[in-house]
Amino acid sequence: MPDALYLWILTLAAFSLFGYRVSGYVKTLAAARAENRWDHPGQRLKLVLVQVLGGRRLIEEPLIGVAHLAIFWAFVFFAASFFWNLVRGLFPFLPIPFADQVLWMRVALEVFGVLGLVALVVAAARRYLFPPDRLEKSGDASIILGLIAMVLLSSLAFQWRGWRAMWWLHMVTVLGFLAYLPYSKHLHLLAAPFSVFFASLRRGSVPASSPGASRLEEFTWRQLFGGLACAECGRCDRSCPSFQGGFALSPKMLMHHLKELVRGTADGTDGNFVGRVVKREEIWACTTCLACMERCPVMNEHVPVLIEMRRRLVGEGDMDKSLQEALKNLNRYGNSFGAPPRARARWTQQLDFAIKDARKEPVQYLWFVGDYASYDPRVNAATCAAARVFHKAGLDFGILGDSEQNSGNDVRLAGEEGLYENLQEKNLKAFGRARFQEIITTDPHSFQVLTHEYPATNGAQTVRHHTQLLSDLILRSELPLRRKLRMRVTYHDPCYLGRYNAIFNAPRRVLAALGLDLVEMPRNRTYSYCCGAGGGRIWMEDPPIFNERPAVSRVNEAAALAGVHTLVVVCPKDLVMFQDAIKTAGLENKLDVKELSELVEQAMG
Amino acid sequence: MTGSICVLAEQWRGQISEVTYEALALGREVADRAGVPLTAILAGCNCREMTRRLGAADSVVYVDHALLAEMVPQTCADALVQVFAGARPRVLLVPLTNISLGIGTLVGIRMGVPVINFCKDVTISGEKLEAHCVMYGGKIEATVEAGAPSGPQPAVLGLWPGARPADKGRAERDVAVTDMPVVLDDAQAIRLCRYIEPEAGDVDLTKEGVLVAVGRGIQDRGNLPLAEELAKALGGAVCGSRPVIDQGWLPLSRQVGKSGLTVKPKLYVALGISGAPEHVEGMKDAGLIVAVNSDARAPIFNVAHYGIVGDVLETLPALTAALEARKAAAPHA
Amino acid sequence: MHILVLLKMVPDVVEDLEIASDGRGLDLDYLRMILSESDDHALEQALLLKERHGGKVTVLALDAPEVDDALFTAAAKGADRILKVVGMDAGFTTRQASRFFAQVIADEPGLLPVDLILTGVQAIDDLDGLVAPLVADELRMPYLGIITGITVDGSGKTARAIKEFPSGVRGEFEVKLPAVLGVQAAEKPPRYVPVAKVRAAMKSGKIESAEVPTLADGGWLAVNVVEMKRNEPASHAEMLGGATDQVCNTLCGILAGRGLV
Repeated sequence: MPDALYLWILTLAAFSLFGYRVSGYVKTLAAARAENRWDHPGQRLKLVLVQVLGGRRLIEEPLIGVAHLAIFWAFVFFAASFFWNLVRGLFPFLPIPFADQVLWMRVALEVFGVLGLVALVVAAARRYLFPPDRLEKSGDASIILGLIAMVLLSSLAFQWRGWRAMWWLHMVTVLGFLAYLPYSKHLHLLAAPFSVFFASLRRGSVPASSPGASRLEEFTWRQLFGGLACAECGRCDRSCPSFQGGFALSPKMLMHHLKELVRGTADGTDGNFVGRVVKREEIWACTTCLACMERCPVMNEHVPVLIEMRRRLVGEGDMDKSLQEALKNLNRYGNSFGAPPRARARWTQQLDFAIKDARKEPVQYLWFVGDYASYDPRVNAATCAAARVFHKAGLDFGILGDSEQNSGNDVRLAGEEGLYENLQEKNLKAFGRARFQEIITTDPHSFQVLTHEYPATNGAQTVRHHTQLLSDLILRSELPLRRKLRMRVTYHDPCYLGRYNAIFNAPRRVLAALGLDLVEMPRNRTYSYCCGAGGGRIWMEDPPIFNERPAVSRVNEAAALAGVHTLVVVCPKDLVMFQDAIKTAGLENKLDVKELSELVEQAMG
Repeated sequence: MTGSICVLAEQWRGQISEVTYEALALGREVADRAGVPLTAILAGCNCREMTRRLGAADSVVYVDHALLAEMVPQTCADALVQVFAGARPRVLLVPLTNISLGIGTLVGIRMGVPVINFCKDVTISGEKLEAHCVMYGGKIEATVEAGAPSGPQPAVLGLWPGARPADKGRAERDVAVTDMPVVLDDAQAIRLCRYIEPEAGDVDLTKEGVLVAVGRGIQDRGNLPLAEELAKALGGAVCGSRPVIDQGWLPLSRQVGKSGLTVKPKLYVALGISGAPEHVEGMKDAGLIVAVNSDARAPIFNVAHYGIVGDVLETLPALTAALEARKAAAPHA
Repeated sequence: MHILVLLKMVPDVVEDLEIASDGRGLDLDYLRMILSESDDHALEQALLLKERHGGKVTVLALDAPEVDDALFTAAAKGADRILKVVGMDAGFTTRQASRFFAQVIADEPGLLPVDLILTGVQAIDDLDGLVAPLVADELRMPYLGIITGITVDGSGKTARAIKEFPSGVRGEFEVKLPAVLGVQAAEKPPRYVPVAKVRAAMKSGKIESAEVPTLADGGWLAVNVVEMKRNEPASHAEMLGGATDQVCNTLCGILAGRGLV
């Protein structure tokens, strides 16, 4: 029968093109570095259910998110019906009806068909009439909107009018789409469920030690796969403080470059991917705030890729002088300032009581203070406030004094693995000489690396951020608060506490217990907008051209809240960045930054 | 000349350097106290008339040779060894500057006499010679004796700029000149090909009345505008110490110090500058020196008239603000 | 071409320096040693020349605490051979150091012939002389100091060296090789070498040792430090204390009083 014959020809052609391209990708990925992403299959399936079928991250942008979900589900049904019809069409002797001849299928197709078309109209309107800032004008996007429309319309037309031409149009369009798919960004249709299944289950984890990556085979298959799974939706760009600040980095372009690398179209397959395709400024511009990875609907991993590339640059000593200086200082003096190690605990002289030296006497809490809290005079006030709070609360705490080194969190994120290992070694040695039951820290950066990357030394070692400790004390009524602070404040979720560790409620509980009226900024919790200091950026020079420093954007956001004159932070770097930003933005009379400990101290009376 | 105090004069491009006058001032004091003559030594080519400027000395030994036009250390040392062959001085003061560095070391070793660098002062009493030195980037003061088990012997002292006020060593007069011929090897292994002049900057620091100087303590290039604002409020210009220029934050024309410019403004505000001798050399004669540094022990406070121990990045804008407030409040002239 | 770099460790002045109990020197227990800054530049310049002209770089250092780290770092940066002179008594002066260097250079196999010997222009503890001219004198080589740029001509027989003069003026000199140059600053700031590379150099590399030669004349024109004390800078400047705003106002008053505002 000529119909089936034509169908066979078309099908074979389409599948061949499709298969050829896909097998090419598989071969390329097989040549990349191995990475085990098969653990915890149950958890992974659940992720696919929630993110792919449920579109949880997609609907964070409600209008386009719901529209996309509708298109997705329409696709699911139409794909099912297509294959059903294809089989039936290729093997006409099979005793099964066509998909649209089954009632429930027909209804589903109609319903989703219409919904899908509505969603397409919404999507098109958004793209062409009301595009969000910097939406990329993509030919791919227009093609796909047209193709999907054609698929849905042709199917509906056939169902309602029985026009055979429509049936053929539908089949041809889908087969054509199938052939076109692996050559466009719509490969994400196939790749997304896999990229979600193979997502990282350890949020914020730094890739295992490596010399870095620039050649294709030096990246892991999952990192490269991200390029294929990326739908170029731009959610990463829209949440990235560097991109929004006008720095060179675009997380979306990064994924695009990976796609080019996999496809072999990047001018860097000879090992010059780093530097030629992805520019140095892009690689260094990342604050590792994780906003991109938090928003990505296909669970791509932008930050680990950047870290691998940083490792390559560091391996060649290729970095700006400022960062070089900081790393040299960290290596020699254990702090980025190049300040004498012996001066690390000098801030304690500002107190009227002595802090125990955990190296000399056992303590319950070892307080890991951190570089900025120890050395930066602008932070000392907050450090002292924290000390007084711990003291008044009767906590048995101590510090390591000049044995403490920078925890190495940002060193690792800057790509200097060897230096990180050095610092960790020294800190572990210091821990070994001290006696304590748990570690507390007022520094989220240190918290992150101490919790997740440092091996426990004293048996089961707990690490808590001071907001968690204070919150616990409040819950147990062990924090003697004498007065309520009747003030309106807003709170900035620091990246390494918030997105990295999902610690949102503990600080808020403390604020509530202090009697403070918390007004949330629009970008709060996982949407918190990075101050720009993370990932070693605080050690680097500013690029010459940028729009607005992330910290300035953030303090403007805080100052815009009615009746709010205090921005509460719980990270020393936030304190410094926002103080500077307030001066830059001329908000000295409108907004003040306070570390939480300073407020707790006030409330303790 | 035996047993005298000798000062090696620095001549460069037709000028006697300021440090030479400082050395003559110190030499004069030491010579007077020890009761011995002060002799200046001028080595050069066709520059005999410059001996007039060395009037603070009792006499001048002038060495003329084509190969001494530039003070190339080895050539100069060769000449000086011949000068001292018959008559060894008690002390030879050699400035520690870009012009003379190395000469003292070579003269000392070739004559087999001790060398003491980093000197700021010297006292001689009988056989004992004690040099007062500033070492370790300005952080340590040391009193150093030239080891002399067998009676007084000559010593070569490398002198830091700033040992005495230059004006005390300046005197123009017809001083007694002794011409000393020397023999120098024609096959010199070192030859000056050309001078490379510095690029003219937009500002001539030597003509500014107020200078705001930044050092490492400014921490980031991005903080320079703060310094510029202060300079504007004071009606001056921004300059920097070597590390800031090496980092590329300011052009070479803004460098103050040993290899940069020597400036004498009415006001010099040193922000985050440690005060190592190499920088101090370039600004020690400023009228009023105010220093801000977070290190209470920074050597800059040794040359500053007023000092503030504090965070540069906090003090700087606060100072600008205070100045502007004062200007706003003041009645218009 | 063969370039020899001479390295010396000096007290690290980042920490507060403490005086020894006899008041005549630094408290050695209390201080850390660091590579002399201009020696680091000399090494960088040598590596730059190697990159440009090929050849090899040999690094010779005098034994001191933390010198191994400096030598392995040099190896990680690209030095081909690293040696240290061992067996000295502590507290040697720059003159003695220079003698050690010169004699080891002459006696140790493979150090000569050399085209260029580079070392720092001056170290913060060069009390009784400078290494570069002293070594040059011993080896009877030409010397020039305060160098910020070096190019070697095709024949390898001469070099052009840029020397700094005052007021930002520089001079280009022609120097016959072999020569000793005292480097003020390398043409590029000393490169960064990742810690992992230094560690790798420590594992795979080896520091050769050369026994210190006995100096013919032992005491040797020594200078004696009679007394050492810390500079108390605040004895010169009038220190303005108090809160930032207060201090600034006081200073404004002073400046106004001098007619500077």
